[in-house]
Amino acid sequence: MFDLDLWREIFQSINKNRTRSLLSGFTVAFAILLFTILFGIANGLQNTFKEEFVDTAANSIFIMSGKTSKANEGYQAGRQIQFKNEDYKYIKEEYGDKIEFISSRVYKNVNAAYKTEKNSYSLIAVYPDYQFVEKNEIKEGRYINQNDLDNKSKVIVIGRLVEKDLFIQESAIGKYLNLDGIQYKVVGVFSDEGGDNEESIIYIPITTAQHIYGNNDYIDQINLTYSPDLNYDQALGFSNLLTRKLKSRFSVANDDQRGIRVFNMAEATKTVDQMTGGLTVIILVIGFGTLIAGIVGISNIMIFIVKERTKEIGIRKALGATPKSIISIILIESILITAIAGYVGLLIGVGVLELVGPSLEVYFIKNPGVSNSLVIGATLTLILAGALAGYLPAKKASQIKPIVALRND
Amino acid sequence: MLQIKNLNKSYPIGDTSLHVLKGINLSVENGEMVAIMGSSGSGKSTLLNIIGMLDEADSGEYILDNLPIKNLTEKKAAVYRNKFLGFIFQSFNLINYKNALENVALPLYYQGMKRKERQELAMFHLEKVGLANWAHHLPKELSGGQKQRVAIARALAANPKLLLADEPTGALDTTTSHEIMAFIQQLNDEGKTILMVTHEEDIANMCKRIVRLRDGIIIEDKKVNQVRAEQYV
Repeated sequence: MFDLDLWREIFQSINKNRTRSLLSGFTVAFAILLFTILFGIANGLQNTFKEEFVDTAANSIFIMSGKTSKANEGYQAGRQIQFKNEDYKYIKEEYGDKIEFISSRVYKNVNAAYKTEKNSYSLIAVYPDYQFVEKNEIKEGRYINQNDLDNKSKVIVIGRLVEKDLFIQESAIGKYLNLDGIQYKVVGVFSDEGGDNEESIIYIPITTAQHIYGNNDYIDQINLTYSPDLNYDQALGFSNLLTRKLKSRFSVANDDQRGIRVFNMAEATKTVDQMTGGLTVIILVIGFGTLIAGIVGISNIMIFIVKERTKEIGIRKALGATPKSIISIILIESILITAIAGYVGLLIGVGVLELVGPSLEVYFIKNPGVSNSLVIGATLTLILAGALAGYLPAKKASQIKPIVALRND
Repeated sequence: MLQIKNLNKSYPIGDTSLHVLKGINLSVENGEMVAIMGSSGSGKSTLLNIIGMLDEADSGEYILDNLPIKNLTEKKAAVYRNKFLGFIFQSFNLINYKNALENVALPLYYQGMKRKERQELAMFHLEKVGLANWAHHLPKELSGGQKQRVAIARALAANPKLLLADEPTGALDTTTSHEIMAFIQQLNDEGKTILMVTHEEDIANMCKRIVRLRDGIIIEDKKVNQVRAEQYV
């Protein structure tokens, strides 16, 4: 039902009573402003926490080797543990049912050159599975595949920033990149949410790297993701099992923290999840507290407005206004003021976040902001709140007796 | 036009109740101009409020234009007030943020008339009270007499059967009072039925009939020779 005359009445009432309208609007705008800023900042904190882990699958396990810190089984302390392809195969075959993706890696720093552009990058040699462990998105071309491994092909997949820095405007796909004097064909470009460092990496098939750089079967690290079917405790048990097995395989003392290191992302993820969960609850409580305070505020003002307008309502009733028309005029005015003021508060809040957001990174607040769904949700809540805040006063107004309202005092 | 039989009304005051109207019998014909007089507390305003459907009687009969007025819902009362009655108040009761034209058009709005139509009609009534040039002024920019004339235009806008005036000259000086009374008399000459509460003897004598109340009872009901107000203007 769209009644133009009703809206005209309401706009006239709002317009002719600007102070009153501004006053009630201010309460709501301020509440929403606070709500938005609080929510944005909390989101920023969450972003900071999450970012540390977002670039790697949450179910990752990293297995690294180092120098032993304790003598064991006749070996002296300080022995360098070196993983080889057979260790990768051993884990893959022994625990295949618990593993989702697995890849070993070899690192190397290389100087890359294309035409006149030069820069140094990390070169990481991997299996095709590594794409999923590291959560790389292929932007163009393809990732390393089994064929590359079998043929020891001289192909590479480069990060988005490598392409941007070296190839400037061109597409890197199919071009040859010079890495320390050897030409590699670029077959793919990837992006990664983990930030600039993660996008400045060059991937190469592991067989190619082992053949060209050292002609051995050494590997630096084994990365895997455990099966999503494992729950938190099972995942922890799995990484503990791996630690024990590998320690005995390499004759490393059980209490040696350096020879073999297994890092399970599940532990870190759980901590972060708990923290962000707690944070979310706090934010929700504070946010809704603010909203409720705003609603109570506007409800109070509406009651005051109805008191102030008692005489006017009495006149309207004497002239033939039905209770329904009185309710709708007050209710719609309340909803309108709440919605508009709330929206203004929201816009200011979002604006403030945009403005000061970048300078807050020092305080572990990254990309503070509110999502579209929150904006829509908040707007709907506001309209509902306006209706709620306006309803009781409007009902009261509709019950005003004209003779009481029209008394001459 | 209007018949009232054995009308009673009392208001609760604490534990006791105040019997304000004690069996009023009154009937008014079409085209009459009746003054209801009495000291304060005599029940004259209560009677007018009941006639105006702003208040309801405890017992008794009230028939307006062959329509029994009883147990009205709020909505029905609103419709009847809008259709049958025009109110003129002592303190004018204009809506302060609406200009003269909008005030006059308000009852027409509640009748559901289209905006253009009701503005034309409201303008017609403003012209009739001689305030066409003041149509777009707010009440605060008008003098007391002008405000009352806007209020009269508003009361007339919906073309009511009965015009109810509660001390219409109470807030005005003598000259302005006479101007307003002259205008009300002119409306009566044109056939409008008018009921007026007043406690001023000279104003009452400008009506055609005086009904006197004391302590909730009609003590006198007589026809009078109308004193024309024009002679004082």
